[in-house]
Amino acid sequence: MAVKTLTIDGKHVSARDDQTILQTAREAGIRIPTLCDLPGVGPLGACRLCLVEVTGVPKLLPACVTVVQEGMEVQTNTERLRRYRLMIVELLFAERNHVCSVCVANNHCELQDRAMEIGMTHSRFAYQFPKLDVDTTHGRFGIDHNRCILCSRCVRVCDEIEGAHTWDVSGRGANARVITDMNVPWGEAASCTSCGKCVQACPTGAIFRIGATVAELEKDRTQLSFIVNARENKQWLG
Amino acid sequence: MARMKVATVWFGGCSGCHMSFLDLDEFLIDLAAQVDIVYSPVADVKEYPSHVDICLIEGAVANDEHVELAHLIRQNTDIIIAFGDCAVTGNVTAMRNPLGTIEPILQKVYVEAATLHGRIPFEKGIVPQLLDRVLPLHQVIEVDAYLPGCPPPAERIKAVLVKALSGEPLTLEGSDLKPG
Repeated sequence: MAVKTLTIDGKHVSARDDQTILQTAREAGIRIPTLCDLPGVGPLGACRLCLVEVTGVPKLLPACVTVVQEGMEVQTNTERLRRYRLMIVELLFAERNHVCSVCVANNHCELQDRAMEIGMTHSRFAYQFPKLDVDTTHGRFGIDHNRCILCSRCVRVCDEIEGAHTWDVSGRGANARVITDMNVPWGEAASCTSCGKCVQACPTGAIFRIGATVAELEKDRTQLSFIVNARENKQWLG
Repeated sequence: MARMKVATVWFGGCSGCHMSFLDLDEFLIDLAAQVDIVYSPVADVKEYPSHVDICLIEGAVANDEHVELAHLIRQNTDIIIAFGDCAVTGNVTAMRNPLGTIEPILQKVYVEAATLHGRIPFEKGIVPQLLDRVLPLHQVIEVDAYLPGCPPPAERIKAVLVKALSGEPLTLEGSDLKPG
């Protein structure tokens, strides 16, 4: 195993040669905002909140999927990055119908948390107000597409941890939707084991427990990393 | 120094933001010592005054009366604060937007769902006409500051008013930016 040395925000850090910028920054105590990242499942670079600047690279790079290189100079919190992060969060709010005041995940929502962290006062983009479905055919869990930000955490936990791959994403751009099986109602998705990992993984109120009301839905993401740690490292006692 | 002229306005909202304003409790007494409330749902004033220093606008822009008054307020007011989630985002008031234009919605609510004398209310010049699309305030007029929350907690309202009275920038940070 080779060790790489680099700087993040001017701080000298070292990392294993297979580590990403995000992992390295976290170990060094440098916070990079994330939304689609979820400990226990693989990174994807879906939300773009973790974009960073690397000296000599003209485009911005997602820290979660960019592996460190020797001598890299990484900036995580420049004016340009703050501007883009604000724009990303505002676009997420404008794209679908996020009505925090009547959402099951109000006060326990990662999108809401990032909006506060990044300093969003309002969305400068016109709200799209798309007409979207709520699927409660499963009986225990529901999916409200109004609140989905297409982070694909549900797809990844279902595939990588549960091994069922019930969830996937269909369509492109504004027409993209998370779907169950071959785009059948969730209640008819034969591959679903009803394990509920997608409920825990979802950062917003998009995937919810039926019966939860406004601001009632608290999720426990640590259950997912606990399962992965137990499986990979055989550690399941406190 | 002249006393500051403060207005509060109620557009398409539930008045919860105004209720939260009343939750300022004893600070209302301090406030009354420093400002004149020149226009408000809680003050019996019919015409928006020709000059107002600070105006808090609750609610989304949902009908043609809101649009007209919003433009008048902008002309006559130095600082306009979008007061609460409906003004900032459209919030619950805008939840009818995904259902389409206003005619089919009125038809469904006032005609199809009516058990007696189904009729869409229409009195030109008396009943304001609903817009096809509910809008957050900043899509209609320029807004100077945002005070989110459904409703904004009284402490958050106080924080903004204290800044406004002392002439500080009306910026909120961290948990004071929480919608919902």
